[in-house]
Amino acid sequence: MMPLQLNQEETVTQADDRGFFEEKVIGLLDQLFGAAMRLVKNREDAEDLVAEAVTKAWASRRSLKDTENFRPWIFRILTNTFISDCRKRAVRPQTETLSENPSDAETAFSLFEELHQPFLLWWGNPEKEFLNKLLREDLAKAVDALPDLFRIVVVLSDLEGFSYQEMAGILKVPVGTVRSRLARGRGLLQKALWRHAKEAGLIKESKKSSERFYEKDKNDRL
Amino acid sequence: MKKIKTIGCEEALKHLLAYLDQELGPAKRRELEHHIEICRTCFSRAEFEKLLKTQLREAGRETVGAAFEEKIKSLLGRF
Ligand SMILES: [Zn+2]
Repeated sequence: MMPLQLNQEETVTQADDRGFFEEKVIGLLDQLFGAAMRLVKNREDAEDLVAEAVTKAWASRRSLKDTENFRPWIFRILTNTFISDCRKRAVRPQTETLSENPSDAETAFSLFEELHQPFLLWWGNPEKEFLNKLLREDLAKAVDALPDLFRIVVVLSDLEGFSYQEMAGILKVPVGTVRSRLARGRGLLQKALWRHAKEAGLIKESKKSSERFYEKDKNDRL
Repeated sequence: MKKIKTIGCEEALKHLLAYLDQELGPAKRRELEHHIEICRTCFSRAEFEKLLKTQLREAGRETVGAAFEEKIKSLLGRF
């Protein structure tokens, strides 16, 4: 049994904690939910994941050493909750057959290189036209298709704007690992967008024929 | 003014994503910015990657419903 005085102090600190905690959580709720949506891919599970992470965060609030770090701290809890939920459900790790080596073909894949036409005159910009045709839904689906390991870093970096250093802290891996996973994740993402665009008929003519077309066009005009 | 090292496309591409992520040190950043000013292909590529990044961020933006916010508030109230 703890002395009475200590108990009272504890009560006061907790009341202060709660106001701060609630304000922070409510302020970050859209962001936490946005990240959760891309991690678990549906609203219901995303709501459960956020609620679970918030509960865990409250229980381990003493582990937050610096209140300035609240955002990376709670995202770390969200990410860990997601990872441990995957393990509990005995979801087969999707990364088994994938190496983290960024020199793989997927990392080298570049939408820009597929789309860019160096002979085009300045008013033509097929790569920007391509991006303009993509819907929010197309992008979300491409993120969802990434294996967990790479999806997490793409979500933390491109969607939530965390720095490499912050991500290293969130995932407890070296910065070099963050970089290589991110490179790999982005390569896979661009490949998925390319595949989707082809299937959806967003890309109609082949690069070769359009190049010829623009070459002819250029000769006619100049 | 200190002279900026001139880098080639290969070197520029290697650092492009870190540049867009604002993760390059000042010296490397100046080299890359200089290259982008003089190289049209790398300039276009930087614009493309930047736009894709912006679109991804927008695609990831979600808004919780009022019901869920209430649920979280009542959860917090029980702590
Ligand atoms: Zn270049």
